Amino acid sequence: MSSTETNAADLQTLQTQARERLDAHAYEMVQWHFHESTGCPFWLEKKADLKFDPLSEIKNYDDIQKFPLFEDDWLRGGPASRWIPKALEGKPTYIFETGGTTGIPKSRVVIEDHWIDYENFSETLPDKYFPKGANWLMLGPSGPRRLRLAVEHLCQHRGGICFCIDLDPRWVVKLIKKGWMEHLEEYKKHTIDQAITVLTADHDIRCMFTTPKLLDSLALALEERGTSIREIGITGIFSGGTEFTPQWTRYAVEELLGGSPEEGGVYMTPTYGNTLMGLACSKPVTPEENYKISYYAPQPRAVTEVVSFDDPSQLVGYDETGRVKLTTLTKELFVPGFLERDEGERERPFETYPWDGVSGVRPFHETASATTVGVY
Amino acid sequence: MLNIPVLRWGKPYESLEKDEVLHFSTGEPVASVSQANGGIIQRDMRKAQKARDILRDFSCSELIGLIKKSADLYLNATLPLGDGQQSPDDFVYQQSSTTGLPEHMCRANMAKNSFVLENMHTILDALTRGLDLDILTRGYGVESRGVVMSYQAQTPVLGAVLPSNSPGVHTLWLPAIPLQLGLVLKPGPQEPWTPYRMASAFAEAGIPREVFSIYPGGPEAGAALLSSCDRSMIFGGTATVENYKGNPSVQAHGPGFSKILLGDDVVDDWEKYIDLIAESIYINSGRGCINCSGVWASRHTKEIAQALAERIGPVEALPPTDPKAGLAAFTVDGMAAAVWGMIEADLKEAGVTDMTEPFGARLVEQERCAYLRPTIVHCESPENAIAKKEYMFPFSTVVQCPQDEMLKKIGPTLVCSGITENEMLIKALSDATHIDRLNIGAIPTSKLNWLQPHEGNIIDFLFRSRAYQVTDDRLAALKS
Repeated sequence: MSSTETNAADLQTLQTQARERLDAHAYEMVQWHFHESTGCPFWLEKKADLKFDPLSEIKNYDDIQKFPLFEDDWLRGGPASRWIPKALEGKPTYIFETGGTTGIPKSRVVIEDHWIDYENFSETLPDKYFPKGANWLMLGPSGPRRLRLAVEHLCQHRGGICFCIDLDPRWVVKLIKKGWMEHLEEYKKHTIDQAITVLTADHDIRCMFTTPKLLDSLALALEERGTSIREIGITGIFSGGTEFTPQWTRYAVEELLGGSPEEGGVYMTPTYGNTLMGLACSKPVTPEENYKISYYAPQPRAVTEVVSFDDPSQLVGYDETGRVKLTTLTKELFVPGFLERDEGERERPFETYPWDGVSGVRPFHETASATTVGVY
Repeated sequence: MLNIPVLRWGKPYESLEKDEVLHFSTGEPVASVSQANGGIIQRDMRKAQKARDILRDFSCSELIGLIKKSADLYLNATLPLGDGQQSPDDFVYQQSSTTGLPEHMCRANMAKNSFVLENMHTILDALTRGLDLDILTRGYGVESRGVVMSYQAQTPVLGAVLPSNSPGVHTLWLPAIPLQLGLVLKPGPQEPWTPYRMASAFAEAGIPREVFSIYPGGPEAGAALLSSCDRSMIFGGTATVENYKGNPSVQAHGPGFSKILLGDDVVDDWEKYIDLIAESIYINSGRGCINCSGVWASRHTKEIAQALAERIGPVEALPPTDPKAGLAAFTVDGMAAAVWGMIEADLKEAGVTDMTEPFGARLVEQERCAYLRPTIVHCESPENAIAKKEYMFPFSTVVQCPQDEMLKKIGPTLVCSGITENEMLIKALSDATHIDRLNIGAIPTSKLNWLQPHEGNIIDFLFRSRAYQVTDDRLAALKS
């Protein structure tokens, strides 16, 4: 056998193993969420409306298609305790919110999922650029957000101290909707000022989380002060958002970070995630592939699929475009098939992540114009 | 297909994000245009002062000479464009194919831009009221009465967020280079043609490429341009204008709501003015802010509306290559139908009549585009909801309103042609602060005298007149 054939066979083996893990995990999670002794009130109540018995009829991941699509409106309003699995009752519980500029925000209860997700993510970070023990800056949203605590935990898990800023994304959305661009600009400056204050106060910060827009602003502000992201001491950046396009990544690498990690000394890794899923990691982004960004969900805890716009039960072919469908399978949350407000292209498995990925993630074309993107 | 890069201070930059500009009726790609992200613009603008420094190495009169040379190149030469070349005929075809504007109108706009470049010296002389342009270069000087004066540039560059649907607006930013200010342009997605051809003509004429940047891109690019240039102009709807109201850095150009007012002293002779009124409504497919969208008179309004409907109501949608084509296509899917829906809703009001109805359906939908044929609506009262509406096609209301109430009722008006000999009315028109450009007499709203400022004098926008005092010795040296 040639080495190519060997690699293909190895990848096939890895895919099969991953699939077996996913099937077993899916079965286990459905048993957990729909058993009277462990499930949460929401799903136990919902069970009565289902035309099948999840405990006996869901045997693998594909069977999860039997559930109706998850509606995120179910997450609005209280009591939040209806989402806490009986088996986890009494444990310290967090509530994280998404949206919420107007009306009742969607909320999710979390006990330890954000820790687990980010500890898993931590394993993917290269120590050379994200040194263990390094201090971090969380240059992102504050308030009732999962991201804020998750990044802090990631930093602590790696042995560092996380410095944070105040940033209210709901106010930012209101400023955009009101057309108060001067206020928006001032709020951005206020945010960056906080970051620069922390970065220049001898806290030895080496790593940070930020969004494309804020990284852009921070880099400009530092350059106006005669320094740069690298010179201020940052070597590792973890970032995310649908604005993370290949062109933006190329621009950031070439013009904000002084070139590739080997040249500029700064490593930036894109991620894709939300309160429901956790964190999807990116395949290494290279100029040779025109900075293409492909994300892979943290299977088996979460699965992302690229499905037909017309029929969300059908996967599209590889390289074809479709809507991103999310399934979350943790002991704290069961989300059987939720259609994200994003679309992208279906990507092939590879060695590190032997399951499907998604590239070119962008706002779903049918709702894109109504979405206020670039909140922070 | 042409590949058009971003221009970053004259240097081509091929982006990983590209937008295909399509032929409006066939859907064939005409060009692939690199898209700039906002950060690129913000970073480049840190070097904006260099553009002004380079231009200040030339005198204004030298630059005016180069601009004059570029007038001919722009109109007649085959010029580099992206990875290809563009002849004047190519330009006309390309602009028409992506904007939906008939080719003869593209050619006319080309001639208009060239005329402004050719006559830049006279135009600047008028706009500066005869100021010695060296005063703008230095920032100060001595006027003929021996008094020191100062005009300080408020920005090293002029930015502009340009529209897709009105190639006529480009004349507004042309004075920047001869005033020694760099140019930073974000073209409309369907109309990259004029900014790129103009930049090419400037470069061929000898103006350093490093003084202009062109950033095609989405709304983020527009916002980045506006926030990083100290002076810029934007073209948009009423909401855009409202957004930037009171912002000294942004000159927002929106709908014109231009009107013709017939005084009681001339209205009985209304037939004499019908051609002029029809021209004001119909020319350039009614797309400009200077096109008339309201004719106001105290009597004979029904007859006036009827006569206008007979003149322009029968106009048909013709292919853009037809020299008789008078209508531009709506190239954005669903837009024409949406506009017609708004008009239809307003037509339900009592006292409102569609005078063009007998000439057939106004909305003409084709496979990939749509047209709206000229529409004349009679309003019995200025209070009718449609009375002060404006749309991007030959559309006008004819509003019955007593003469002494007209100025109170017309609302903001970019161009007002007041056809009257009544000195009281002329005085009132001259004093009306909600009228920008005022024509007294039988002058079409669409007839612009280039020696007059448009929506604010660009000199006042770009330069600040301020006190500048020097010692007697220095004054004597300045005078010598």
